[in-house]
Amino acid sequence: MTVDNHTAEETARAPGARPPARRKRPVAGWRLPRSAKLRTGLGIVLAIGLVGAVGPLLTGDPHAVSGAVLRPPSGAHWLGTTETGQDMLAQLTLATRGSVLVGLVVGAIATLVSILVGVVGGYVGGKTDETFSLVTNVVLVVPSLPLAIVIANYLDGGGLLVTILVIAMTTWAAPTRVLRAQARSVRERDYVTAAKASGERSWRIVCVEILPNLLPVVAAQFVFAVIFAVLTEAGLAFLGLAGFGSLTWGTLLYYAQNAQALILGAWWWFIPPGLLMAVFGCGLSLINFAIDEIIDPNLRSATRQRKASR
Amino acid sequence: MTHVRRKVLFYLVAAWAAVTLNFIIPRMMPGDPVDILLARMQQSGGPVPPQARSAIATALGQGGDANILVQYLTYLGNLFTGDFGVSVTYFPTPVATVLGQSLPWTVVLVGVSTIVSFVLGVGLGTFAGWKRGTWLDGVAPLTTFIAAIPYFWLALVLLFVFGSVLQLLPLSGGYGYSTDPGFSLEFLSSAFRHAVLPGVTIVLSSVGGWLLGMRNMMVSTLSADYVLTAEAKGLRPRRVMLAYAARNAVLPSVTGFAVSLGFVVSGSIVTEAVFSYPGVGYVLLQAVKNNDYPLMQAIFLVITLTVLAANFVVDMLHSVIDPRTREAG
Repeated sequence: MTVDNHTAEETARAPGARPPARRKRPVAGWRLPRSAKLRTGLGIVLAIGLVGAVGPLLTGDPHAVSGAVLRPPSGAHWLGTTETGQDMLAQLTLATRGSVLVGLVVGAIATLVSILVGVVGGYVGGKTDETFSLVTNVVLVVPSLPLAIVIANYLDGGGLLVTILVIAMTTWAAPTRVLRAQARSVRERDYVTAAKASGERSWRIVCVEILPNLLPVVAAQFVFAVIFAVLTEAGLAFLGLAGFGSLTWGTLLYYAQNAQALILGAWWWFIPPGLLMAVFGCGLSLINFAIDEIIDPNLRSATRQRKASR
Repeated sequence: MTHVRRKVLFYLVAAWAAVTLNFIIPRMMPGDPVDILLARMQQSGGPVPPQARSAIATALGQGGDANILVQYLTYLGNLFTGDFGVSVTYFPTPVATVLGQSLPWTVVLVGVSTIVSFVLGVGLGTFAGWKRGTWLDGVAPLTTFIAAIPYFWLALVLLFVFGSVLQLLPLSGGYGYSTDPGFSLEFLSSAFRHAVLPGVTIVLSSVGGWLLGMRNMMVSTLSADYVLTAEAKGLRPRRVMLAYAARNAVLPSVTGFAVSLGFVVSGSIVTEAVFSYPGVGYVLLQAVKNNDYPLMQAIFLVITLTVLAANFVVDMLHSVIDPRTREAG
């Protein structure tokens, strides 16, 4: 990734061109960049978030058992029923809430930790930085899913919170490394030197001078962490290792697999959760690409500017 | 040379951390694994003989009431001799034997799939980057969608369509029950038929990443001066694309490929679970289901050490290929 740190506003004005003068806080007047990818991505993610937030209030009791067993989609049950006659639509909306919640909470934890460890370490430097980056790199090379499987198994039946913590433990390292590299490059900029010379305190420099300039990168890392968390939770839940008593897209697939939905041909049971996961992940990826293009205008595919001078 | 020494030191620390983590996790967790195991045995198989308790403790590497430091040193010593204890799931087979039987399945299946998806992705990515802005480049967003599909769900759908509805391919396992493992034509063709669906799943779910990475690197490389020079010299486009642009753009992908080889053992845990494929992932799942801690720990260790080894090789290669990375240790 290039170190150039264009902000949204600057690149929107003059793609590829160096900003004429560096203002103190360039991100202040934030507005949505005119990017189709960003808008589509945000639209998808917000729509699915809305399903999770409002859906369960409208669809009735997802655990209610009825005599209508393994029915395909119909007027009475829009998405069919499970083998115990539970309404799939109600189950799916609640599972959406669960999965999105896991994604957001893990994303938030991972981002906060990565800011704390990456930005602070990168800015302070010295022994602190060396210790921080050693720990980060070790966590980064230890494969996360097997570790999560092993820990989750020991914490059998720990509930959603335990699942969230287990996934967060393996998610924070990647964004930390990216943020550290960015923080180290920003540290050398003139305005940080100026702030240091004028006697500003370290925490103020980190919060006011450095962090706002890292916002696009932080946002990209957050989005990445959410995707990773949703997929990891789904994998763990599918293996029967996520906290029980809560519905997510992964637990739905787990129940479907256990009830032989595949062999019974109950496609309405396992197709929708995976499809929602794919669409949600796709929306988040689109947001990520849009942010990448804001950071590095070279990646834009719409305009054919490859001969243009940089 | 200091760079190499730093890297070696880092990987030693990482390996030590993983090994120690593996030792600490069972001891830190609430509930005694020995008790859990005894309870499960009582539930499923009636009364358990009194000496079972110490036998299980020994199998778990807890060595009874020994001092924690002694336990740790015994544990480390056992690792060096390849002694992982006895598997509970496949009692009384030693863990090392179980690992030896499941590793080849995973390595062949995931290894071949990884190579296929790398070649396919890099090839398509080269074209997409070269034809930027045309319909070919439109493939890139499509791969975003495919990459967002959870791979085990893709496995479920493929299994449903080709195994359940069309009944073209087997539903589970690594080979037919009627064939004996060995180098017979019958066994190999059966093993191939069983590997098609899991293999296709892995290729489909990972090809998009290669494609996109290669496309973006192509786009960056195409704006470099030497590509412009090559075009100005009047070289044939094909030559400019392959010898000038792609050759330089492929370097990060090669690094990524080497890293992903390290994930061959761990990368398909959930896929193997879907297909009941007799590889490491499936065995890990069996171990988890049966609270087979010795087997679980050994698999985790093998997976971690493979990943570490692959990363180490990549790091070493990197400092040979690109001297600029040496300073950035």
